[in-house]
Amino acid sequence: MSTVRYTKEHEWIRIDGDAAVIGITVFAQDQLGDIVFVDLPEVGRHVEKGKEAGVVESVKAASEVYAPATGDVTATNAALADDPAMVNKDPTGEGWFYKLKLADPKELDALMDEAAYTAFTASLT
Amino acid sequence: MRYLPLTDDDRRDMLAVIGAASVDDLFNDVPAAVRLKRPLDLPKGQGELEIDRAFTAMAAKNLSAGAGPFFLGAGAYRHHVPAAVDALIQRGEFLTSYTPYQPEIAQGTLQALFEFQTQVALITDMDVANASMYDGATAAAEAVMMANRITRRKRAVVSGNLHPHYRQAIETYGRFNGFETVLKPTDAIAELIAAIDASTSCVVVQNPGFFGGVQDYSPLAAHCQSVGALLVIAVTEIVSLGLVKPPGAMGADIVVAEGQSLGNSLEFGGPYLGLFATREKFMRQMPGRLAGQTVDTEGRRGFVLTLSAREQHIRREKATSNICTNSGLCALAFSIHLALLGEIGFQRLAELNHAHAVQLAERLTAIPGVTMLNDSFFNEFTLRLPKPAALVVDELAKRKILAGVPVSRLLPARADFADLLLVAATELTSDADMAALEAGLREVLS
Amino acid sequence: MNDWSRAVSGFTIAGGGGRTVESDETLLFEEDGAGRCGVDLPDAPKVTDRLGGLRREGRIGLPGLSEPQIVRHYTRLSQKNYAIDTGIYPLGSCTMKHNPRLNEKMARLPGFADLHPLQPMATVQGALELMDTLAHWLKTITGLPAVALSPAAGAHGEMCGMMAIKAALEARGEKRVRVLVPESAHGTNPATAAACGYAIDPIPADARGRVDLAALKAKLGDDVAAIMLTNPNTCGLFEDQSPQIAEAVHAAGAYFYLDGANLNALLGRVRPGDLGIDCMHINLHKTFSTPHGGGGPGSGPVAMAASLAPYAPLPWLVHNAQGFRLIEDAKDEAAHALGRIKAFHGQMGMFVRALAFMMSHGGDGMARLSGDAVLNANYLLASLKDVMSPSFAGAAMHEVLFDDRFLGDTGVTTLDFAKALIDEGYHPMTMYFPLVVHGALLVEPTENESKASLDRFIASMRHLAARAANREADFFHGAPHNAPRRRLDEVAAARKPILRWRPETKADAAQ
Repeated sequence: MSTVRYTKEHEWIRIDGDAAVIGITVFAQDQLGDIVFVDLPEVGRHVEKGKEAGVVESVKAASEVYAPATGDVTATNAALADDPAMVNKDPTGEGWFYKLKLADPKELDALMDEAAYTAFTASLT
Repeated sequence: MRYLPLTDDDRRDMLAVIGAASVDDLFNDVPAAVRLKRPLDLPKGQGELEIDRAFTAMAAKNLSAGAGPFFLGAGAYRHHVPAAVDALIQRGEFLTSYTPYQPEIAQGTLQALFEFQTQVALITDMDVANASMYDGATAAAEAVMMANRITRRKRAVVSGNLHPHYRQAIETYGRFNGFETVLKPTDAIAELIAAIDASTSCVVVQNPGFFGGVQDYSPLAAHCQSVGALLVIAVTEIVSLGLVKPPGAMGADIVVAEGQSLGNSLEFGGPYLGLFATREKFMRQMPGRLAGQTVDTEGRRGFVLTLSAREQHIRREKATSNICTNSGLCALAFSIHLALLGEIGFQRLAELNHAHAVQLAERLTAIPGVTMLNDSFFNEFTLRLPKPAALVVDELAKRKILAGVPVSRLLPARADFADLLLVAATELTSDADMAALEAGLREVLS
Repeated sequence: MNDWSRAVSGFTIAGGGGRTVESDETLLFEEDGAGRCGVDLPDAPKVTDRLGGLRREGRIGLPGLSEPQIVRHYTRLSQKNYAIDTGIYPLGSCTMKHNPRLNEKMARLPGFADLHPLQPMATVQGALELMDTLAHWLKTITGLPAVALSPAAGAHGEMCGMMAIKAALEARGEKRVRVLVPESAHGTNPATAAACGYAIDPIPADARGRVDLAALKAKLGDDVAAIMLTNPNTCGLFEDQSPQIAEAVHAAGAYFYLDGANLNALLGRVRPGDLGIDCMHINLHKTFSTPHGGGGPGSGPVAMAASLAPYAPLPWLVHNAQGFRLIEDAKDEAAHALGRIKAFHGQMGMFVRALAFMMSHGGDGMARLSGDAVLNANYLLASLKDVMSPSFAGAAMHEVLFDDRFLGDTGVTTLDFAKALIDEGYHPMTMYFPLVVHGALLVEPTENESKASLDRFIASMRHLAARAANREADFFHGAPHNAPRRRLDEVAAARKPILRWRPETKADAAQ
């Protein structure tokens, strides 16, 4: 059974054992507007929790995507290269960014659950 | 003052609307202690007549390139610029417009940039080009930083045949940006390959080289690719691409060039025009502005500045470069000149340059004691003289012959280069010019 | 009302009438005619080539056109541009002033334009004299003792200045890692500091729109290399605590870099050196009227205090009894020079134009120039403040900052308002910059607008503000209605970038 956690930088991470899928939240894509490009980490790259792992761009803004957890990149969503609008249409589904093999699944305990994240975004607007 | 439209009546009326007693009162936010309380110690304002007189007098103290036989190159070349170029770039709508941030009323500039980018991509044989950099040297430094970003490495290997100013600009940027520049005083491909290690982000070479020689860098490109480094090829004489195998066909990843030769005069070194081209896969790592094609709300083709999220005004400290103002009008001049030349004219121009250089080389190497360094060249080559080249050049300048560039001007630390002279010929070089240089050289060397 | 179509149809237009600017202009490549050429060149003499077997193969793909086609193409393109020559260009912090044609003429004198940068120095004494004279004017205007002429534009000047600061710190044996940058700064400031290897630490503004001095002091420390400040700042306000900022920055062992983008407001009234700064760049293409050319070229000389002058980049220009000379090598008195930052000696063509402009105004005319620039800005402020929302109270300097409060819940955004201004026949102001207020509209008229011109512009602005207040959001969303193009799809342009023309393939043609 997978669980979903959220970061203050508006990434979501869906965890299944030591495998995880990462993307940006509905709130994040809404703030950015029309996404025109997503720069993803290459497969095999080791990313550190809290460090930059990619960039997401709209016409008038660019925002770093941080790794919510430490691990090795096992897959990226190649479809985003052709259709970055998928991030706007389905940010938590087909608009996912990359997959990680987690170094330490316990790292995720500190992240927000859905209720906490909803409260967090409400505090921002 | 002829540039100030406000009359004293206007000023009084406007101050009344503002509710201020005087113009000086509008500066009340400036602490009194730092206000300048006297006029600047500079000459009084002057009319057109006086300015024209003063500037013409200063200009007359110079020996202009067109005043006699002229053979200088080394990164700046004297070509014939068709009259239409200057007439068109002086249209106020081009000359006095800003960066095209409002595309609806800047389609002229934007379409011209789109055409410019296409021309640069075509002649370098690359996929995409940007809307220009300051000059070839800064474009080279930006290329190294781009290669560092792409490869996540921080070491550039630089060929000894790269223009010294370009290499020095790379070294300066590297010192402050935090990357290493390794100069190999050679352009031998095997030696350049030997200098590449796992931390090398790119190799920077020039073709035709600083000393004039042309070389096929395809083997170097293949090696770079095999070890994950990028090949940057610099071109300082863009006219060469009408005749010489282009960098794209050799496998370059980034091409940087000085575009001054087309559309732009010598201008004592600036403003010039940095060209920057790369492969499609590196497009988003390019520095500088880009014009792109799109449509308006009525479906009509139009052009905009695009991929701006890479740039400093949006990305700030994460930008691909800090560049903002580029060489827009120089790019327009380049583009108009190249449009006038077209396929046929560009190739004929290059043929003419090369043929004149071959003729000149034959004449000069017939002089006793003068030998040639190059096996091959485009429109510029290096001679070894029996005397220090700087002295020879100064002697000939007294005879109003501008004979070339002594290599020692650019590489003064290399005592073994003191007798090397760089000589260039273009379409402007006449038989009489060549004869004058030959005669002058024979006299000075005898 | 001077709408766009009338604003441009005043100029021209053979054949197409006023509609020419609204029609499509084909690309050069779509006009290709095999065998055509716009330049008649002589036949090359027959020689045996020396290309070492590296002859280019195949067609390059450049189109063939004749001169009349080219002249018409670029003339028609030009008519789709707005320019200073066609009307007020009120881009805040861009100082779009009149470009005198005398300057163009002087820059084209063969004695300047037709000089090679590597000619023997004895043959270019007049050019070096001009550079030296320009440097003298810049030193006198800024109140700083040294000027580096070679930077190619403002951002390049920033880089030159930050490199000099880093070199000076290294010479002191100090490695400092942070640069303080106000939130209202131009994007080039943080980009430049980052390119020089520094971490950026933003400083907030206070309620008056100036740097928060207490916050600045709290951020200072022995790891701070410099502060980069624009004065007047991009809110159009004089940073009146500059002397205190300088004192605090220097007490912490750091340097004070001034972004000179807004120098126009200070000419002849404040010498930046008297504010305690160590270094500043000067945009010759803003303050001293060299034309912006649709994006460049610029020129960004850097004035330096004595503490930084030894680290100025090569080349150096010196003068002795024998005349002028360029030092092109880091030795002797230039032993600490930070090296070259570009090829050759700087933007000579811009030097000629800028000096002609300065000498036209004269030392005595500088204060009148800045006075008129500030007067014009304050007149706009006074004439618009009841219908728009100035971001800060009090007098402006050379530019005025409004935010989008006056648009309230009308559904009209800053972007809409700016685009509607195009229909009024004007270039929009700077939008969404600075970042310190919401929906910024930054207006800079310069000293070159007459009162009548400002009154027409004010009437248009008031007219639009009234339409916004009248909730005509649909009109604004559709603007511009009368420009050569309606709003362009920037999202599509960025998602699938088309950065060059390519020939139509057979597959395209079949569709």
